[in-house]
Amino acid sequence: MKANLQPSGSVYFAPPESGAPERHTLTVLVENEPGILARIAGLFSARGYNIDSLTVSETEHDRHRSRITIVTIASPKVLQQIKLQLERLVPVHRVHDLTEEGKSLERELALVKVSGKGDARIETLRLADAFRAQVVDASTESFVFEVTGKPAKIEQFIALMAPLGLVEVVRTGVAAISRGAEGM
Amino acid sequence: MAEQMTGAEMVIQALQDQGVEHIFGYPGGAVLPMYDAIFQQDKIQHILVRHEQGATHMAEGYARSTGKPGVVLVTSGPGATNAVTGLTDALMDSIPMVCITGQVATTLIGSDAFQECDTVGITRSCTKHNYLVKRVEDLPRVLHEAFMIATTGRPGPVVIDIPKDVQFALGTYAKPSFGGQHTSYNPAREGDIEAIRAAVDMMLKAERPVFYTGGGVINSGPEASENLRELAELTGFPVTSTLMGLGAFPASSGQWLGMLGMHGTYEANMAMHDCDLMICIGARFDDRITGRIDAFSPGSRKIHVDIDLASINKNIMVDLPIVGDSGLVMEEMIRIWRTRTNEPRTEAIRPWLAQIDKWRAVNSLAFTNSDTVIKPQFAIQRLYQAVRDRDVYITTEVGQHQMWAAQHFHFDKPNRWMTSGGLGTMGYGLPAAVGVQVAHPDALVIDIAGEASVQMTMQEMSTAVQYNLPIKVFILNNEYMGMVRQWQELLHGGRYAHSYSESLPDFVKLAEAFGGKGIRCSDPAALDGAIQEMLDYDGPVLFDCRVSREENCFPMIPSGKAHNEMILPDTADIGNIIDEQGKMLV
Repeated sequence: MKANLQPSGSVYFAPPESGAPERHTLTVLVENEPGILARIAGLFSARGYNIDSLTVSETEHDRHRSRITIVTIASPKVLQQIKLQLERLVPVHRVHDLTEEGKSLERELALVKVSGKGDARIETLRLADAFRAQVVDASTESFVFEVTGKPAKIEQFIALMAPLGLVEVVRTGVAAISRGAEGM
Repeated sequence: MAEQMTGAEMVIQALQDQGVEHIFGYPGGAVLPMYDAIFQQDKIQHILVRHEQGATHMAEGYARSTGKPGVVLVTSGPGATNAVTGLTDALMDSIPMVCITGQVATTLIGSDAFQECDTVGITRSCTKHNYLVKRVEDLPRVLHEAFMIATTGRPGPVVIDIPKDVQFALGTYAKPSFGGQHTSYNPAREGDIEAIRAAVDMMLKAERPVFYTGGGVINSGPEASENLRELAELTGFPVTSTLMGLGAFPASSGQWLGMLGMHGTYEANMAMHDCDLMICIGARFDDRITGRIDAFSPGSRKIHVDIDLASINKNIMVDLPIVGDSGLVMEEMIRIWRTRTNEPRTEAIRPWLAQIDKWRAVNSLAFTNSDTVIKPQFAIQRLYQAVRDRDVYITTEVGQHQMWAAQHFHFDKPNRWMTSGGLGTMGYGLPAAVGVQVAHPDALVIDIAGEASVQMTMQEMSTAVQYNLPIKVFILNNEYMGMVRQWQELLHGGRYAHSYSESLPDFVKLAEAFGGKGIRCSDPAALDGAIQEMLDYDGPVLFDCRVSREENCFPMIPSGKAHNEMILPDTADIGNIIDEQGKMLV
């Protein structure tokens, strides 16, 4: 028995996952029928996959189709399974791996509540301006900013707000689309 | 074409239009309109079960022995939850099934109404697909779509949950439209021709080839089994099969290696381990088959034919995947093979076949027989000898008796072997036998059972009696949950925690109480006569075959070991074979 082999949770010793986990963004075209989100979320939990972010909304109203953007972190082998298992679901039309296909755009929106007084308030506004964050609510002691961008930009903005009086954050999760003329 | 009817009538009409002749069900408040519709027609026969789990296994046995979908009708709440085990079983073993469940009225959904449960929520992960039909206008489409989804691609169970007000509502029925394509569900059927050509090239060069076949060949239909036989004959390659695939290839063939896997034959597992080309057709590299994954067939290139894309590279990385229906892919393989050669490669692979013969000579299914007690393997061998000339359908429960049946009963035809493979559902066999007997009223149907498993669904004896279904339940009674006891011997120092079947019923009296016949036998010399008595009786029989109590099922690949590390029957001390890490595993 090789020492590096661990029980896989299944019956046998699976070799350690080859390849480090990667962060991939999947875009999934589905029939917008009742339970579709539960079906997809259930697939991820039942098979032990990991969801970093998930967004969904109907995008073609006349045909009742939704686009779901899923950000997941997994080894290449598991990623392959995730895509195939998603495609196997009856209401799923297509699954594209935007990370693998390269050249894609990812955007996320966050609402960030910051409270403070005096110099901290000024610094908060200055940073918000640098990040092109909009003030969508203000009081004498607080701001709510709307900031849009790649997840990394939002992370950075939130990190900068933390010492300045960050109260709370809500995020939409990632919406992603491929670049260029081609559609899904 | 357009016809006005109630939702309940639509269900029965759709079943008729789908060619359904039998349904297995149990009435209740939320399905009364559908039962009323059943009452007013005589094209579909309803089999009244005693428990909804029984209905699902009957439908599985029916489906697996006919190739047609099994149909189940149960009520809301407990009716649906009782069906969950059978649905999961059908999902794991790719059995086509349509299960119609009643639901409380749409206005009551979510109110914790009487006999309400979230049926689509509960069955989402144990069905291929499921529906809650809230509008009668959607019902005809959903009914026909459910049959299409259950029977095409990789088959599986589909649940249709129909609220009671939808069953009463009037709507327009539509017949199934053929050729209408589903927008998002289009399973592949034909394999990529270039890949099939490449597969034939690999087969033409192989020196140590083996066919590893599975339930996908059975599911593809009888033609697929014919194709497998022809392909094996054309190539001269040896064939092994999973538990689910038994019967697709004739056990009487010289090329047959027996079943592979955890309790497979030595020759089958050694051939898998040492081959240079593995041709996997309609099997899914299940953990009972592969043993230790990092030591699985280390020197081979692997071809994997499967209709389910997600089965490719799931457990084992393969060199050449072919996604398609196993029967059609084999048909193409045969066609291309014929264009390349007319000779089987029997001569070219002679050293490999000679090696296999050496492994065969180990005689891994051997056991020490006894004059005083009936050995379970001997009982199955005698049963096989008594019925081998008849067209016999075998179902099993789950455990040692199931493995002994797979090892010692031999099948030459597909659709004759019904067993719970993936889920390992104790209690499968008796109701499955009822379902098989409904489909084949004149055939001999035997459930090879264990005394523990069979008690889980024993109530379906009553169903067998009600419908004059002469199933034979051949119970290998060792007074233990034998496989549990064997693992306790292997892994837990022989501490048999709760694996002893205490307070067993008197199976003879039990059979009589149900209105069937009971037979008991504990003497090896009297066994043949007792078996004949069972076969001669025109009605359901419980046969209490008292066998040796602590017999182990060998050969065996223990947890955490590779194919070439099998335990053979003559191993002395089985308590020390599995190391500490292995004990973690199932």
